[in-house]
Parts: sequence; C-alpha cells; structure tokens
Amino acid sequence: MSASSLRWAIPAAVVPVLVLLAYGFSTDPREIPSPLLGRPAAAFSLTTFEGAPLSLEGLRGQVVMLNFWASWCIPACYDEAPALERTWRAYKDKGVMVVGVNIQDKEEAARAFLRRFEHSFPNAPDPKGRVSVDYGVYGVPETFFIDRKGRVRFKHVGALTDEIARRQLDALLTEPS
Amino acid sequence: MTRGLTGAAAAVMLVAFLGRAAAAPVDEQTVHEVASQLRCVVCQSLSVADSPSETANQMRAIVRERLAAGDSPEQVLAYFVEKYGDWILLSPPKSGFTLLVWVVPFVGLGIGLVLVAFVVRRWSRTPQAAAPPQLDPAVRERIRREISELDKS
Repeated sequence: MSASSLRWAIPAAVVPVLVLLAYGFSTDPREIPSPLLGRPAAAFSLTTFEGAPLSLEGLRGQVVMLNFWASWCIPACYDEAPALERTWRAYKDKGVMVVGVNIQDKEEAARAFLRRFEHSFPNAPDPKGRVSVDYGVYGVPETFFIDRKGRVRFKHVGALTDEIARRQLDALLTEPS
Repeated sequence: MTRGLTGAAAAVMLVAFLGRAAAAPVDEQTVHEVASQLRCVVCQSLSVADSPSETANQMRAIVRERLAAGDSPEQVLAYFVEKYGDWILLSPPKSGFTLLVWVVPFVGLGIGLVLVAFVVRRWSRTPQAAAPPQLDPAVRERIRREISELDKS
C-alpha cells in the first residue's frame, strides 16, 4: 500500500458511509409508508357501542373515513375529536360515512369519551385487535380514507384536522363511483 | 398375510395419529417462533414474543389463531407483511434492496481480508527486496582484520 493508493482508499471507504448516514438521518424513522394504499380495504364486521351491526360491506358505494382511536390517547385523539364530529356533520348528506374504531381500550372510558365529544357517527370497539392489525395500525390516532370502490386511498397518522379531512373527502367525492 | 395385516394396522394407526396431531391445539413453541420474528408495533425494538403490551398480546393471539386454522408459519408472517410491510419483520428479507444488509458485511469482510493479505505480503517481502545496507569500507576492513586475528589466536 503506497501513500498514493491510500490517498484514494480512505475517501473510498469513508464517503459511502457518510452518504448512508446523511440519508438515514434525513429520513423520519417513524414515517413508514402503508403497503395498503391503493389496495382493497380489509372487510370488517363489528358491533357499535349502541349494539348495531357495522360492516364495511354495508357501506359499499360510500366514501368511508375510518378513524382508529382510544380514550387514553392524549392529546392527539382529544385534539381531533371535535374535527371528526364537524366533518361527519358536514359530509353525512354527501355520501360520506365516518366510522370510529376504538382499540386497546376499556369500554367505560371509551363510552365516556364519546359522550364528552357528542360523537354521533357510528363507533365500535375492536376488542381483539383484529381490525387494527388488518389495517396495519401502529398507534392511535390513525385515519384511513376509503373510496367508493372500497380501496384504501390515504392514511393519516396523528390528529386529523378539518382541512385534511375536507381535502381528502372532496377529492374522493369527485371520483365517479 | 399376517405381515400385510400388521402393516395395514400400522398404517391405520399412523393415519389416526396424524389426524389427531392435526386437530391438536397449536404448539406454543411455534407460536413463539413466529411471534419472535415480528416487531412489536408499539415498542419497536422488542419482538411480539417478548413484549408485554396489549397490542403484542393481541398479535400473538392472531398468530395462534392463524396457525390453528392451518396456516404455515410462513403464511402467518406473510399476512403481517401484507398489512405492515417488511418493517414488521425483525430480520429484513433476504431479497431486493434489503439483501444488501445481509451481503455487504461479508463483502466488506472479504475486501478487508484481501487488503490485509496484500499488506502483510508486502511487509514481509520488504527486507528481502531492499538492497543490503552499504558498509563503510573502513569498517569492513576492520571486521575482516578482527576475524583473521580471532582465527590466528
């Protein structure tokens, strides 16, 4: 190894490592793309807190906003709760269904949450976590937008806002059914 | 004839045994093996087998249920990958881009070994290749004289 060959050997070894580190540190490790986008949404069949049956099959032809939440999810679920109800009231007559799925929760705490925010859209517990795994849910809150053909089109991680909901729903509603 | 009957009886017993084995509850060891390959979604650095969280508990139940329904361990893993992507696997798949993770360390090791062999060979060759140090003629003459004196004595 002469001095001249060492002159290129050191950068050749160091530069790829630096490039890899630069790439790694500039990406957010918590942001993992969902493999479900564009694919048919998993069927589910739940019973709402009111005891009514709730299945995705029964909502075919409507745009569905599927929200996963928990009463212990502070503050994100509390932040988005009023926006969910406002979105439901604004869109329920336009062919949109808002559905809440309560995961990893205690029934009484979940019911108290629904009373507190006066949620009037259907909400159902997922006691065995089957639906949340079917949707690849990492944590709460996560919101899935499902088009009229029943495909998952968008996933929002974290507290939902009126603007995000409006933008996604308006786009899906303009698509032919 | 007797031997044939014994064989048939053995075959019937074997079928009965296999049938019972298939209907038996899922081996917890298999459940643990599958779960240990899945990343716990709420704790990230733990496997589903090791995490005490409720989510991991539910995921273990799903693994058990799917194995009981006749899925192979590979099919159960494929189900989770379908929902969460490769991220859910604690070991990245040995194909596509993540194959690099498996191959690069060994390639690096190989390159390192070749470099070490190259350098060591060079180092061990250097003394022979170098010209013998030039001796001062005066010193050489003195050595020659002292040796001859030693021989004389």
